[in-house]
Amino acid sequence: MTATGSSQPAISVQELVKRYRKATRNAVDGISFEVGTGDFFVLLGPNGAGKTTTISILTTTLSPTGGRALIGGRDIVAEASAVRREVGIIFQKPSLDQNLTGEENVRFHAVLYGLYPWAPSWRLMPAAYRAQVEGLAGLLGVGEEIFAPVRTYSGGMRRKLEIVRSLLHRPRVLFLDEPTAGLDAPTRRTLWDYLARVRRESGTTVFLTTHYLEEAEGADHVCVIDHGRVVAAGSPAELKAELTHETLIVDAASADRATLRAELGGLGLAAEGDGPFTLPVGGDRTHAVLRSIATPLTLVRTSAPTLEDAYLEIVGRSAADGEDDGTAGDAGEAGGSAPNAGPSAGAGSEGSARA
Amino acid sequence: MRELSAILAIAHRDLTKLMRDRARILGDLAFPLILVAFLGPALKAGFGSPGGLDLQAYVFTGVLAQTVWQSAAIGVISLIADREEDFSQEIFVSPISRYSIIAGKILGESLVALPQALAILALGWVLGVPMTLAGVLALLPVILLIALFGGAFGVLVLSNLSSQRAANQVFTFIMLPQFFLAGVFNPLQGLPGYLDVLSRIAPLRYAVDLLRNTYSAFQPGSFPIAVADAGFNLAAVGALLVIFGGLGTWIFVRAERNR
Repeated sequence: MTATGSSQPAISVQELVKRYRKATRNAVDGISFEVGTGDFFVLLGPNGAGKTTTISILTTTLSPTGGRALIGGRDIVAEASAVRREVGIIFQKPSLDQNLTGEENVRFHAVLYGLYPWAPSWRLMPAAYRAQVEGLAGLLGVGEEIFAPVRTYSGGMRRKLEIVRSLLHRPRVLFLDEPTAGLDAPTRRTLWDYLARVRRESGTTVFLTTHYLEEAEGADHVCVIDHGRVVAAGSPAELKAELTHETLIVDAASADRATLRAELGGLGLAAEGDGPFTLPVGGDRTHAVLRSIATPLTLVRTSAPTLEDAYLEIVGRSAADGEDDGTAGDAGEAGGSAPNAGPSAGAGSEGSARA
Repeated sequence: MRELSAILAIAHRDLTKLMRDRARILGDLAFPLILVAFLGPALKAGFGSPGGLDLQAYVFTGVLAQTVWQSAAIGVISLIADREEDFSQEIFVSPISRYSIIAGKILGESLVALPQALAILALGWVLGVPMTLAGVLALLPVILLIALFGGAFGVLVLSNLSSQRAANQVFTFIMLPQFFLAGVFNPLQGLPGYLDVLSRIAPLRYAVDLLRNTYSAFQPGSFPIAVADAGFNLAAVGALLVIFGGLGTWIFVRAERNR
């Protein structure tokens, strides 16, 4: 999954820990992962899982409490300045100066990254810079608008300008921290198309955080974190295979339940609880199991969870685990996730409650 | 070279923002102009010239130094607002030195304070505050130094603040008392013991006094309005500028990363 291209991973994170001052628990709690050069990596997790904290540490604006991280082989603490040159970032909140024009925002960035020397006006900037900005304006589909104050831009336009700006210094890794939050569906779609093109053309490694599962579908590698810990990792297909198990749910009249449970036990199927019984049975085996049950059934249902169900279940499960840390205030959620009955309904309502 | 370019870019951004914000230009000017136009002449009319002291010139020089110093200080503290708007992230994630970022901010906010100084000088001239062209030219570098000093003070204050709300409250506790402790429009001679101690701690005092040294130097024969001599004030301003700027940046950068 990671070893595409160069032997050295673009990002390597080992046992990273961050505890904010005066906090009683770790925001990032010993996570480890690797991102291969040119990969599209997604860090997935609910709000408050530690995604932004991780990005802030990897882009050197926040010190880690423990562990180690390398970007292109350089240590993010010891070689912070070199790392900053290697990364571009789209922040969760817009980071354009609204009082400046689009071009002035781009120019500010270009000078800060040492691409061009400072000059007091557009006209006095080197011809190479002006040509580059005109190219970018074309890429964004704007003309003279690049000289208009950013305040007058639409949300999608601002995001695109930020992406263009962040790629100006040709970073090795582009970090995007929930870049589509607050954008409408068509704008999100355009933005993804644009990013896909950027990846294709520049080969930049992309590190995305999101809590939208569908944005992880095209990733090379997905890492799911919650409460600062990695709870699942793999390609979207691997995650799906690993996390989604088809189940067969059966039940009998209350008088027959003991018989049914015994019968299921005879088939080698552990039936827990007092029914309905959820059995780890799917595919061809479903029919065979049903045929061999003699007890009259009052309920037969199969369940094939989607990746989203699996994600919500992971997140729900770790929310229940979170209780052990003595976190106050989410007792209600834990109650919802405790029964292992169906992966869909219970976990679903509970996952959204965490938002 | 790259660091210098970055410092200029950051400073230029502050200046550009000022030029596009006419309401702010007027707002920043209103208060000092009222003091210079109304308070100075009123004091002079009411008290005459006690012991030969020109009260109008006294208020004028005090307000000039105070306005420039405070404008730069508050401007630098606006880095907090940048942080809340997340623009500072764009600056802080860039590969330039943290000291260059602060230096650019101080320079920018000092340049932003200059138009105010020019407006106050112009008003003083219109109102008949005694001044010569040579005197005004000599004041300009001093004004710039005072602005840089104010900016450095702003960094030190900023490094100990966490939010814009805290920044807004700072004014009452840190800026306002210095109006009186630095003798912007009240004399510093014969202060009661505790006020005298506080006055000597107030950094603005040395900025105001240095500006008055320079002003008096070009008004031969007039009553000297400064309390200490120019060399002492210049040394105090220079030393405090370096200490505030260096220490403030160090604390600020540490606090930014070790949240």
